[in-house]
Amino acid sequence: MAIVPVEHGLLLAGVLFTLGLVGVLVRRDIIFILLSIEIMLNAAGLAFIVAGSARGQADGQVMFIFILAVTAAEVSVGLAMVLRLHHLLKTLDVDAADSLRD
Amino acid sequence: MGLELMALVPALPIAGFAALVVIGRRLSRRAAAVLGVGSVGLAAIVAIAVAAAYLAAPPEGCSYTQDLWQWMRVDGFGPRIAFHLDALSLVMMLVVAVVSFLILLYSAEFMAGDEGFARFFAYMNLFVGSMLILVLADNLLLLYLGWEGVGLCSYLLIGFWYKDPANGRAAMKAFIVTRVGDAALVAALLLIFTSLGTLDIAEVGRRATNEWPAGSALAVAAALLLLGGAVGKSAQLPLQTWLPDAMAGPTPTSALIHAATMVTAGVYLVARMNVLFALAPPVQFLVAVIGAATLLLAGASGLAQHDIKRVLAYSTISQVGYMFLGLGVGAWGASIFHFLTHAFFKSLLFLAAGVVILNLGREHNMFRMGGLRKLLPLAFWTFLVGSLALAGLPPLAGFASKDLILYRTWTSTLGGPLLWLAGVVGIFLTSVYTFRMVFLVFFGPASRKPEGRSGAAMTVALVVLAAGCLLASVLGWPEALGGTPVLVNFLELALPEAPEHGGSAALEGVLSLVSVLTAIAGILVAYVLFLRERGLVERLYRSAVGSAVHSLWLAGWGFDRLYETVLVAPLAAIARLNRGDFVDIFYRLVGRLAVALHSILSFTQTGRVRWYAAGLAVGAIIILAIVVAL
Repeated sequence: MAIVPVEHGLLLAGVLFTLGLVGVLVRRDIIFILLSIEIMLNAAGLAFIVAGSARGQADGQVMFIFILAVTAAEVSVGLAMVLRLHHLLKTLDVDAADSLRD
Repeated sequence: MGLELMALVPALPIAGFAALVVIGRRLSRRAAAVLGVGSVGLAAIVAIAVAAAYLAAPPEGCSYTQDLWQWMRVDGFGPRIAFHLDALSLVMMLVVAVVSFLILLYSAEFMAGDEGFARFFAYMNLFVGSMLILVLADNLLLLYLGWEGVGLCSYLLIGFWYKDPANGRAAMKAFIVTRVGDAALVAALLLIFTSLGTLDIAEVGRRATNEWPAGSALAVAAALLLLGGAVGKSAQLPLQTWLPDAMAGPTPTSALIHAATMVTAGVYLVARMNVLFALAPPVQFLVAVIGAATLLLAGASGLAQHDIKRVLAYSTISQVGYMFLGLGVGAWGASIFHFLTHAFFKSLLFLAAGVVILNLGREHNMFRMGGLRKLLPLAFWTFLVGSLALAGLPPLAGFASKDLILYRTWTSTLGGPLLWLAGVVGIFLTSVYTFRMVFLVFFGPASRKPEGRSGAAMTVALVVLAAGCLLASVLGWPEALGGTPVLVNFLELALPEAPEHGGSAALEGVLSLVSVLTAIAGILVAYVLFLRERGLVERLYRSAVGSAVHSLWLAGWGFDRLYETVLVAPLAAIARLNRGDFVDIFYRLVGRLAVALHSILSFTQTGRVRWYAAGLAVGAIIILAIVVAL
């Protein structure tokens, strides 16, 4: 099995992260924002794994398992908040939820 | 021994004040009057008992100090709350307590219809307490406490009818003008403490004699500053302008504070600190000159006033001028004697004038009075007794004391015939303006019918004060006329004797005769001008010189206008210029900057999650860029 160069792995992680960030910034639907955050987290995890395998250490994979746990918690809390938001505002548009401004 | 009761004398009025302040609103008028008059009455009784105990068995060294407690202790400075009784403070205490009691008794009826009844008695009690602290104080700091206390009460009582803004202005004027003197007194205290290391009055005298040679710069400075304080409180030149306006207060207040007691605090201060003045001969001469100038200027101003209380106010300034003249020539005892007789006859005049004013519906203008001799006999006879005493006719009180001052002025090494002459001209002016009042108010055609109100308490107060005027000369009947100056001899237990030369009974007799004849001449002039030939005065007013002099005297020699243009107007102009406050501009700019920055930052707070996320991302990129660049 051919070894994937580190640069390729990190480049992929960077591209994925940027895509996720752009998604967070441009999408207004909160479900898509959560999905984009998921992509960003996975990009970070990928970067850890690539870096870990490049050095021949397991630390990167350990970090990825942490990230998975954080993601699971984040998604459950996030979805609960989405339900509350929809219940309150009858919409999933995050720009409508700006009442904390004042 | 009854001397330990001395502390009660100031304590009782202060307690009365505290009680009236706390529960005065809930008391009936009767209860407030009983509390207010009773506490001072008790103080007067205790004062008489203390005096009796002192006279029966004079304490060692003729002075007794009652040490109550230590006031404060700061390093080497430990003033005590202690009262000192000697011949001088004994006389002051007795006069203050007794005259205050009589005037408060009178006020219980005079103020009967007033809505601020309990407030009035609270202030008056605080005043009496402060005045007694002032005269009994053992050290200068305690004296200063009493000094400020009486100043405060004077302010509160001049502005007693505060709903009229003019009264408030008069009160402020009195407070601010006397403050000039008070500042000088504070400076004197600081100077004495820093150079002599003590404020205890007896100790200051001892150390000053030991450490300061006569005429040394420090002694002159200390005496000058003390004189500044005395001049402010006693309404002498050049700080006399507040007293005529102080007549805005209720008449008993004018009688008690602005005639009988507080304005003589300056006389007491100078007499009490006589050692310092003896060490500074130029300042002592200045005291005499101020006294002579004041008695002449104020006497002339008294001639032109329309308001009966303002005449009495100028008369008070003029009489206190006599006391200063006496102090200046070293006749300490004679000055205090004149303080005593003045306290009686001037408060009598004020109270009798108060009866007239009350009965004519608060009318102050003498030209709208007249013919009240038959209608208000009590006021007439008591006013006449007071006027004769003020003019200095024997055998009334003013004669003995004023003549003693004039005799000592002539014979003293510090005085001389010129100062005596000023005093005699003052007698002429005094009797003219006094009997101008008598003739305008009580003689001539009757103008209006009085309401006829004067109750038992007022009568008692007036009659007792009139009796005091008749009898007080017993205390100092001139030696030339077969008397002995009992009071002056007694006072010389505490005060030094006047430095005399060439005095004799014959000279005293001649001088007395001159002043009595001058007084009678003054009365005759007043009779001709203001009763027989009213047209003469009218013609005089209409002539150019006459009207100019009249308006000058009416305005009290224009001192008010002088101070207005020289001091008040420039200050007011500066204040107007600086209305925006230069210093505040900087701080206001800081505030504006903060507000501007705030509005910029608050623009970024939109409440939108995506906006914040973008902010986070941009921030992270910037930090990454910085880290990479480094």
